[in-house]
Amino acid sequence: MALLKIEGLSQMFGGLTAVSDFKTEFQGNELMGLIGPNGAGKTTVFNIVSGFYKPTQGQIIFKDRAINGLKPHKVTGMGVARTFQNIRLWHDMSLLDNILISQHYNLGYNLFDLFTRNKRYIENEKRMKHIAMQLLEQLDLIQFIDERPKNLPYGIQRKIEIARALSVKPSLLLLDEPAAGLNSSDIQDLIKLIRWIHKEFDIAIWMIEHQMAVVMSLCSWIQVIDFGKTIAQGTPEEIQSNPAVIKAYLGDDKI
Amino acid sequence: MKKYSVPALLTTFALCTVVAAYFEIIDLYVQTIIMFIGVNIILSSSFNIINGYMGEFACGHAGFMAVGAYVTSILNVMFFTSSKTFGDPIFSPELALWFFPVTMIIGGVAAAITGLLVAIPSFKTRDDYLAIITLAANFIIVSLFINMDSLGGARGFMGMKQIVFAMEDVAFLPWMLIWTFVFTYFVVFLIRRFVSSTYGKGIIAIHQDEIAAEIMSVNTNKMKLVAFMFSSGLAGIAGGLFAHILGYINPNSFNILKSTECLVMVYLGGMGSLSGSIIAAILFTLLIEMLRFIIPAADTLIHLIPLVPDTFHLSQVLKWVIIPLILVILMQFRPEGIMGNRELSDFFPKLKKYYEFK
Repeated sequence: MALLKIEGLSQMFGGLTAVSDFKTEFQGNELMGLIGPNGAGKTTVFNIVSGFYKPTQGQIIFKDRAINGLKPHKVTGMGVARTFQNIRLWHDMSLLDNILISQHYNLGYNLFDLFTRNKRYIENEKRMKHIAMQLLEQLDLIQFIDERPKNLPYGIQRKIEIARALSVKPSLLLLDEPAAGLNSSDIQDLIKLIRWIHKEFDIAIWMIEHQMAVVMSLCSWIQVIDFGKTIAQGTPEEIQSNPAVIKAYLGDDKI
Repeated sequence: MKKYSVPALLTTFALCTVVAAYFEIIDLYVQTIIMFIGVNIILSSSFNIINGYMGEFACGHAGFMAVGAYVTSILNVMFFTSSKTFGDPIFSPELALWFFPVTMIIGGVAAAITGLLVAIPSFKTRDDYLAIITLAANFIIVSLFINMDSLGGARGFMGMKQIVFAMEDVAFLPWMLIWTFVFTYFVVFLIRRFVSSTYGKGIIAIHQDEIAAEIMSVNTNKMKLVAFMFSSGLAGIAGGLFAHILGYINPNSFNILKSTECLVMVYLGGMGSLSGSIIAAILFTLLIEMLRFIIPAADTLIHLIPLVPDTFHLSQVLKWVIIPLILVILMQFRPEGIMGNRELSDFFPKLKKYYEFK
């Protein structure tokens, strides 16, 4: 049984085909890469999987359940977490709140419990806080707990966004260009972080990335798309020598 | 000790005021101002849920207040007094005292259901378009009441003074003052609990980044529904109190001007600050009452200097120049309001030692 199985996925925006006949499969805890030139439709794939777009065609099966057409918050609740290309944290809330709010998928209490502050409310709030603290401890972010993300350096913000995605206990983590805007030393840290997360949390990670250093050193399997179509897939070595990929990125040698 | 300081302080204040009112140390005028401060605190802090915490721009709060005011008044007048519209009382008037909170809550629930009128469109619309919808909702509600001749239409609905008298017959106490304290505390307490919980912080997440909120498992549509219904329900409670304090309601007292007052209070206090809303409500009510004296005083003053013609007079309508002017000046010079999105304890960290308000 596959964790995630995408078959014949197509997305049209009016007359434009953003993604056509896309397929992929995650068995358990692979670390896969999705690359392609600008405008190839990579983020569209992520937007479809995380529920922002309803695909025109195709099936997305996650944990034996079709998730195409489900609302994003439902998809996240089932265990698909994602980050964004441009950081989307709640910038004016403390780091702890940023992590806590992501627990909305299993609050464990209702409005009545909230207003009466009964045992169920207190226990669940305590449980969520415990989860958040534990996660921040693990990711070495505990010293920023009361800071607002907007006051923190960019590299830390990236890390917080990943931490926030991890707080929903995902079985599939989608990283949309995690290295965008980072300097080379931050990138080395990020590679270490992703590798560590992959091992520690034992989850599947699917990443879009333009920095080849990141993709090639992390991913065990890479899929390349261009104009919505899959043009190649394979191990990093295979991709690096694939003529179709070189052509998509660099163009023909004919002038 | 820390836990009980705020309730103890508030109870003492309420008791002192009630005792002072009972022995007529403070007169009816001052009592009315205190009651209006209570109503305005409910209005501004409940409006703050939408315009502050959730960051939407709604401007039809008075409409929901009208629903609460009418529903509570109709129920009370129908059940406990003999009136021309509804005939003899259904229950004995003595019961009015005990059922007053119940009818108030029913009024709140009715207002909350009316809140769906803006909650459902808010799923797909936001910003200016939502503002237009809320404005329209306010007009719909007000014109509905204006055109209901059985409820007095534009002449208004009365008989609520009888309820207050009926309550005073049971025990001679300043009941409306007591109820105002009870409901104001109750509402502030509910809002505080709501926005300090992880559940309630979901609406702050919607304010700061709706897409991120949706992707991080916050059910944004449900949160909007809860926020709008909660806010308009509390406005309904404010309306119920307002109706019984005045003893008379008129659809036109719930028009866009009242909504503007709510807006001014929220933005004066600061978006997303409960203590800001309370401070702003107090300041604003006092300012309005002061204008009642300042405008005639200014009028006499300008006639002392024979520059203006004798026929020219400053009228109370000037209030409606000054209130929007406050809003304009505020937006220009301190757009975040008095408190920003901070609470009192964020400004004075030392206060945290003395109180814990949950």
